[in-house]
Amino acid sequence: MSIKRILFVTAAVAAVGVALSGCTAADPTAAPSATAAGPAIVIGSQAFSENEIIGEIYAQALETAGYTVERKFNIGSREVYIPAIESGEVALLPEYTGGLLQYFDTATTAKSADDIYAALPALLEPSGLSVLDQSSASDEDSYNVTKEFSDANGVTSLSDLSALAIPLTVGGNSELETRPYGPAGLLSVYGVTVSFTPIEDYGGPVTVKALNDGVVQLADLYTSDPAIKKNGFVTLTDPENLMVANNVVALINTAAFPADAAGVINAVNAKLTTAGLVQINTESAAGDSPATIAAKWLKENLIG
Amino acid sequence: MNFLEEALRWIFNPAVHEGANSLAVRIGEHLSYTFGAVVLGAVIAIPLGILVGHTRRGTAVTVSLTGGLRALPSLGVLILIALSVGIGFQAPLATFVIMAIPPLLAGTYAGIQAVNPLTVDAARAMGMTPLQIIFQVEVPLALPLIVAGMRSAVLQVVATATLAAYVSGGALGVYIFSALARRDYPQMLAASLIVIGLAFALDGIFALLQRLARPRGTVVLR
Repeated sequence: MSIKRILFVTAAVAAVGVALSGCTAADPTAAPSATAAGPAIVIGSQAFSENEIIGEIYAQALETAGYTVERKFNIGSREVYIPAIESGEVALLPEYTGGLLQYFDTATTAKSADDIYAALPALLEPSGLSVLDQSSASDEDSYNVTKEFSDANGVTSLSDLSALAIPLTVGGNSELETRPYGPAGLLSVYGVTVSFTPIEDYGGPVTVKALNDGVVQLADLYTSDPAIKKNGFVTLTDPENLMVANNVVALINTAAFPADAAGVINAVNAKLTTAGLVQINTESAAGDSPATIAAKWLKENLIG
Repeated sequence: MNFLEEALRWIFNPAVHEGANSLAVRIGEHLSYTFGAVVLGAVIAIPLGILVGHTRRGTAVTVSLTGGLRALPSLGVLILIALSVGIGFQAPLATFVIMAIPPLLAGTYAGIQAVNPLTVDAARAMGMTPLQIIFQVEVPLALPLIVAGMRSAVLQVVATATLAAYVSGGALGVYIFSALARRDYPQMLAASLIVIGLAFALDGIFALLQRLARPRGTVVLR
């Protein structure tokens, strides 16, 4: 036999050996603990870091409890991920009560956290979805102005805006234009006409800079955003409740999510607070990875 | 659901053609970015390319530079620049100039270097000054490749100018971003079809220019 032939046969035997050994190994996807059951729980998230981190907290909490988890983070906005969770492609996703309600019922008049939470199950059930316990942590859209603007124009509330004679522009993502609390809502509830400048970074640094530069007078920032305090922005109060309460809640596909895992998620939501969200976002802005931030939150807030 | 049919219906919907957000305005902005970026890029890249090609020095550095610039992620660069200059057309334009430079630079120095050294030598022997050699011998002979570089740059910018909308820079990306959030696939498809149409049209024009750029008296060896 030539050396070439020997090498070829050795390689072939080795390949067959590796393939055969795969047949005898234990199923690698089987969860190690007795509390785990069935296939992996697919956790999704919206396309921004805070939501991804909450999703990661859920994921790590479930993994600690012995479940297998598959992460599908950063899916997109509601118009994209709701169909994914309805189809069962995703089993669990961190959501916000107010936005979720307005997506399913654009005509809703519920404003308080409890009213919104109570209205959800009936709307979600036809799509096979349900919600677990809501958290006290909330992350609401809010209209913000710079401190200079607030002082110069005597504006601290959305109802102060209609008295201003200057043209107003609001900056925010494209979808704000069609949301109930967007320019149309400002007009119908507060009687103020604003023009709209689309900036696609979800209240991120480009939007913050536009507000600081005075290119837009109002910016849609989120209440858990550390940038509000850092830049000294004034969050305009909302006496007419244009912005609905928006508490963190776990949205599940009722069939795809194992019922015995609900306790784990409810325990997380019970400990989550708005201050905790600001902390998460500050660490995220400092560059820590979602996995690190989630692990830190779990260590500080939950035992095990 | 026939998305193509609905996309075409979107394009011919009269509502899309009127007002400040009309299709004509957005196409105009898109083409302004394309030509603006390529012209500004050419001002930077072509003299540099001629210098590198003629002196045949610094080729390695130039090759690495064009490779590195090509590898930059456009959206990342756009956001970085927007964080210092703010929203509007400036950050997108700067980003597209950076994108247009590599093909222009590569086309120019490759074209100049590809000129037969014997021809350049003959010109030098005839007593031509370096500037005369560059502009009367090298550039005319390299013109098809320089135009090819322009063609590549134009296509790159036309395809990527949709990003300008991320920082409120207008152009056809406005339709894509607003449709993306609302899952309005016909509008997304329609805007994409228009970008594709612009790309084909510009490519055709530049293919013609490339043929016209070939100097008289030369033949293309097949």
